[in-house]
Amino acid sequence: MITAERKPMEELIECLRPYHRILLVGCNECVTVCSAGGRKEVGILSSALQMAFMKEGKTLEIREITLERQCDPEYIEELVTDISQAEAVMSMACGCGVQEIAKRFKEKPVFPAVNTSFMGASEQQGVWAERCQGCGDCVLGITGGICPVARCSKQLFNGPCGGSTTGKCEINPDIDCAWQLIWDRMKALGIEENYEKNMPPKDWRTSRGGGPRTIIREDLAK
Amino acid sequence: MEKFEPVIVAFCCNYCAYTAADMAGSKRLCYPPNIKIIRVPCSGKVDAIHIIKALEKGADGVLVAGCLEGDCHFKNGNIEASKKVTYIKNLLDEIGIGGERVEMVLMSAGMGERFAQTAIDITKKIRVLGPNPAKSFTPDKASNDL
Ligand code: SF4
Ligand code: SF4
Repeated sequence: MITAERKPMEELIECLRPYHRILLVGCNECVTVCSAGGRKEVGILSSALQMAFMKEGKTLEIREITLERQCDPEYIEELVTDISQAEAVMSMACGCGVQEIAKRFKEKPVFPAVNTSFMGASEQQGVWAERCQGCGDCVLGITGGICPVARCSKQLFNGPCGGSTTGKCEINPDIDCAWQLIWDRMKALGIEENYEKNMPPKDWRTSRGGGPRTIIREDLAK
Repeated sequence: MEKFEPVIVAFCCNYCAYTAADMAGSKRLCYPPNIKIIRVPCSGKVDAIHIIKALEKGADGVLVAGCLEGDCHFKNGNIEASKKVTYIKNLLDEIGIGGERVEMVLMSAGMGERFAQTAIDITKKIRVLGPNPAKSFTPDKASNDL
């Protein structure tokens, strides 16, 4: 999932200060799962914002709505009526959702309520960790299912650096050394020979090195 | 000036604080009527959203009361509740309402005195803090889809 965290209240309050009527939009997908911008978080943020402004003697009218997905224009269309009555929009979705709203409603200011962080998985209730950086040329099949791009602090491709200590990364002792994990998993799978193979320098053009990326499925695209 | 009578919403676990409140009643213990009890099946049922909505709707303080440590009938509902309380306390501090308006307390079903004393203490504390600064205005919400 795409993970995110709510921005500090002070920042949110500041950007809403000029307005009296806003639309607060959540998303039912990734940000719901990582408890950053689902229906419940919309409710909590709505109350917190209203209380913050009431304290200052100002009324902030907030309409709450949570879309099935904010990164699809079909769902964004559901905002048409509500948005016409709001002076500004605050979105609790990831950056993709915020931009979809901005694209569809050109005349409305839209503010992100969360900082979008990374593509990750939940390690346990309330804990999420980075797993993939969308490099566009996945090597998980060679590395035993552990990503050296997203999980090795130095993005090494041919074994660990000299700082791997008792399974932990020298950059941050709280995280596992990706190459320790890769090696352990290779052993478990009996594919240690993969470790001996030299991986050529990665072609980063499939990643962000080639600028913003687009996927076109000719069979689906109109 | 009129004496400020705070409204304090108390989310009480059915297995401890709610019964303790009942016990306080049968023992004829006096405690302030400012406490408005909401019975919940476990303090772990209380979520951040319930606490903040209570305050947004005009409560001056919120109490979450669960079983003593190790005594939760659902294993760790009380621990979960106290994490939610901490979360909301921090959020209230962030928006300048003050986290001290929300408290978590632990007690057993037999602690009628403890319930009464807690009610007295929190009422006193909220009285000193004064009315919820966000209370004087109740804006018409356009909608609330919760
Ligand atoms: S190798 Fe690339 S695509 Fe595969 S998990 Fe890592 S970053 Fe993601
Ligand atoms: S210790 Fe491991 S994870 Fe950290 S930078 Fe070195 S190889 Fe990568």
